[in-house]
Amino acid sequence: MQPESAMTPALEVTVLVSIGRHPLTGRVRRADQDARGVELARSLADAEVRLLHAGECNESSEAALRGYLGMGFSELALIEQPEGADVLPALSEALDATSPHLVITGERAERGEGSGLLPYLLAERLGWPLVSGLAAVESVEDGMATLLQALPRGQRRRLKIRLPAIVTVDDAAPTPRQSAYGPARRGTLETSAGEVCNDDEWATWQVQPARPRPKRLKIVKAASARDRFKAAAAKAEGTGGQVLTDVTPTQGAEAILTLLRDEEVLR
Amino acid sequence: MLDILLPILIFSALALAAIGAVRRIRLWRQGRPSPVPVLRGLAAVPRRYLVDLHHVVARDKVMSNTHVATAGGFVAAMGLAIVVHGLGLAEGVLGWLLLAASATMFAGSLFVAQRRRNPPARLSKGPWMRLPKSLMAFSLGIFVVTLPAVGVLPADAGGWLVALVLAAVVAWGLAELVFGMTWGGPMKHAFAGALHLAFHRRPERFSDKRGGEGRSTGLKALDLEDDQAPLGVETPADFTWNQLLGFDACVQCGRCEAVCPAFAAGQPLNPKKLIQDMVVGMAGGSDAHYAGSPYPSPERGDKPVGEHHGTPHGPIVAREGTALVDAETLWSCTTCRACVEECPMMIEHVDAIVDMRRHLTLEEGATPGKGAEVIDNLIATDNPGGFDPGGRLNWAADLDLPLMADVERAEVLLWLGDGVFDMRNQRTLRALIKVLRAADVDFAVLGNEERDSGDVARRLGDEATFQSLARRNIATLSRYRFESIVTCDPHSFHVLKNEYGALYPQGQDADYPVWHHSTFINQLIESGRLPLAPGQAQRVTYHDPCYLGRYNGEYEAPRAVLRALGVELVEMQRSGYRSRCCGGGGGAPITDVPGKQRIPDMRMGDVRETQAEQVVVGCPQCTAMLEGVVPPAGNEATAVKDIAEMVAAALDNTPPATPASHDAAASQATEEVLS
Repeated sequence: MQPESAMTPALEVTVLVSIGRHPLTGRVRRADQDARGVELARSLADAEVRLLHAGECNESSEAALRGYLGMGFSELALIEQPEGADVLPALSEALDATSPHLVITGERAERGEGSGLLPYLLAERLGWPLVSGLAAVESVEDGMATLLQALPRGQRRRLKIRLPAIVTVDDAAPTPRQSAYGPARRGTLETSAGEVCNDDEWATWQVQPARPRPKRLKIVKAASARDRFKAAAAKAEGTGGQVLTDVTPTQGAEAILTLLRDEEVLR
Repeated sequence: MLDILLPILIFSALALAAIGAVRRIRLWRQGRPSPVPVLRGLAAVPRRYLVDLHHVVARDKVMSNTHVATAGGFVAAMGLAIVVHGLGLAEGVLGWLLLAASATMFAGSLFVAQRRRNPPARLSKGPWMRLPKSLMAFSLGIFVVTLPAVGVLPADAGGWLVALVLAAVVAWGLAELVFGMTWGGPMKHAFAGALHLAFHRRPERFSDKRGGEGRSTGLKALDLEDDQAPLGVETPADFTWNQLLGFDACVQCGRCEAVCPAFAAGQPLNPKKLIQDMVVGMAGGSDAHYAGSPYPSPERGDKPVGEHHGTPHGPIVAREGTALVDAETLWSCTTCRACVEECPMMIEHVDAIVDMRRHLTLEEGATPGKGAEVIDNLIATDNPGGFDPGGRLNWAADLDLPLMADVERAEVLLWLGDGVFDMRNQRTLRALIKVLRAADVDFAVLGNEERDSGDVARRLGDEATFQSLARRNIATLSRYRFESIVTCDPHSFHVLKNEYGALYPQGQDADYPVWHHSTFINQLIESGRLPLAPGQAQRVTYHDPCYLGRYNGEYEAPRAVLRALGVELVEMQRSGYRSRCCGGGGGAPITDVPGKQRIPDMRMGDVRETQAEQVVVGCPQCTAMLEGVVPPAGNEATAVKDIAEMVAAALDNTPPATPASHDAAASQATEEVLS
């Protein structure tokens, strides 16, 4: 699990990859956002990219994981976990041990719980900063990364962040490259046993396929073509709120705390 | 003096040729092994040359006769010269025969010279321009030095100066024609060509004495079980040795270039240059000495020669920069096989292109354009469009099609193909079903059990996805009993007929015939099962799909059907085996390499020349490509009709109306579609 210390490259990146599920046929595949994360990692200069997956090891999951190997990797670290286990402890233990500079992952898994909470819980456990919805990593210098976060309607926000950090990628991140059969077949899955933590709560849940709900018709009351275009291109956008600039960290934290209390997230 | 010089010249030329031959054979042996029957192959050369090769050459009568005179004259003259001048046996009739042979060769070389005065663009220039002179030097030189031997001239006529000049002329001729054959001059085609005929990678493509027509068009399967075997061709040495031999046989006549639709469209492909590039790679060096038409380039007019270079063990396509060939050249090919059909040296261009594509796709994941997306769709949904595989029969919800899963046996298994997702092709399918019902054919469909045949995946180089689809389709097919498969998609037809056989599990065979719907409809008409209305007064032309015509030799059945319909059939200038591709094959619309014009536009131009009201096709790809053409200003659009639609329109009695009952078959087809 330790990185080879002989030659330390400038940037160690770990991409957390999961088993995806095709929306129409339900077949396993490389998950779309995770693959975008891998593509993002590959585009970083001087990065040593490592793939990490925690989960079951069986024939179908192997087929999906080999999809990532086909993007030009010779190995993928696989921490074996039984079905239904909470992979959080195993992942944080592995990341603690390898201490990469940057962890990249998709926003939510395509199978299982898919709550999208894993990056947050991981960041909390490791005590690392987290940036969600990334479109690009612009540069990494002196332990600081300049990131481009995707906002609705093609807007971008430039952020500077101290490493190590966890980032999740948005659908605006670069399209993943084709997964080639040859490297996928040759690559190896480096299996290891990790800490197993059974998710008792999940075990009691009842899971059933979602029924497609009828789509609500979008009624656009627009006077001009520009408005209609904006309505068609709009992503869900929050309303209200306030932008704080030039405030001390304490003031910022207090503002967030106040908001969380107002919204009754914290009591 | 000449009787001392000539034997020395002849035998040293032969010795040099032998050394050259060994060197040349070494170059070929850099390729991967490919076992061939050596003696049987060599024994087959005369027949393969005189029947199969001549069949292609004779399409150009003048050149064919020129070649017979020149090559026949040379072989006879050389053989006799060894006896007469080499061994000094000029007695009797031998000398006179030698005179006759060299005179014939001289006559042939005059035609070669005539040909080279204003050579068409497709011919290579460079060293080829000196060939007629060399032929004349050899034939004239041998003719003159033979005159004293038969006693027409005195033995010492002209003195030693004339003797030296004659010896020099003969030496020139011998240099070009004997050891030039193995040291890489224009005459290399004779040596490599003869051996290529003997050790061809597809011996089954040659005709046989029992009247077999000799056709071998299915791509060779990659062995994916063997994880040591290379996935496609990365370097020239990854070709099999007899493929390299085939490339070396190229005579640079440019017939391939003249028929290549991609070249005509200004896409960066010229089959002749591609083969020459492979020769450059095999020997190592740059393409600077290439003297034919270069690859077109939409931006620069032509790609200049001399920028590309390669080595036997270096990459053919560079990951960055340039190597031997640019990737866009390989992706321009529509796999229409027009080049292979025209090649007098029996070179297999399409095999080579797909071999190199396999490396790009399977090893480098570099399928351009929408290729990666199409392959991902094929893997996830078993169809290239990424449609719900549960909705394959949605278009036929009202037709009450019998499903194989229900009936288990039928006379005909109707293979629908991926056209089921295309609204234009659905019209063709409905017409075909109307025809089958009118003829009272007992048919059934696989419905949602059918998958893409794998044609597109394979031509895009993704052999793994092709084999996966093929194996699952084979497993489905072997569950049911039927007498034959009928399909309206020539691509599925070709793959089912010619390429699935190699993938059947051991002990099982594809023991059913596969018919294209035009052939099947023709059988129905001939056996009187299909009552047809009297003739329609229409002027139509017929476009031969590549995968039906050149790949499978079916030119006649569709025309017979049209004749039975009574329409007036006018042929395009390029029809039958010379039919021009619609541009839809080989994944070309998916990779979409830019050119100066589009291939289907050129084809519709051919159609307009015939002034036909309609163009009849037999392929969903052709329909889509040709129908997508916008006619030039002032022209009316020519209708594109599938042959099944023509027949359906001509049926004099409509089939009994199908009840609009939504039973099990129909409701299964209309499963909810997630959207």
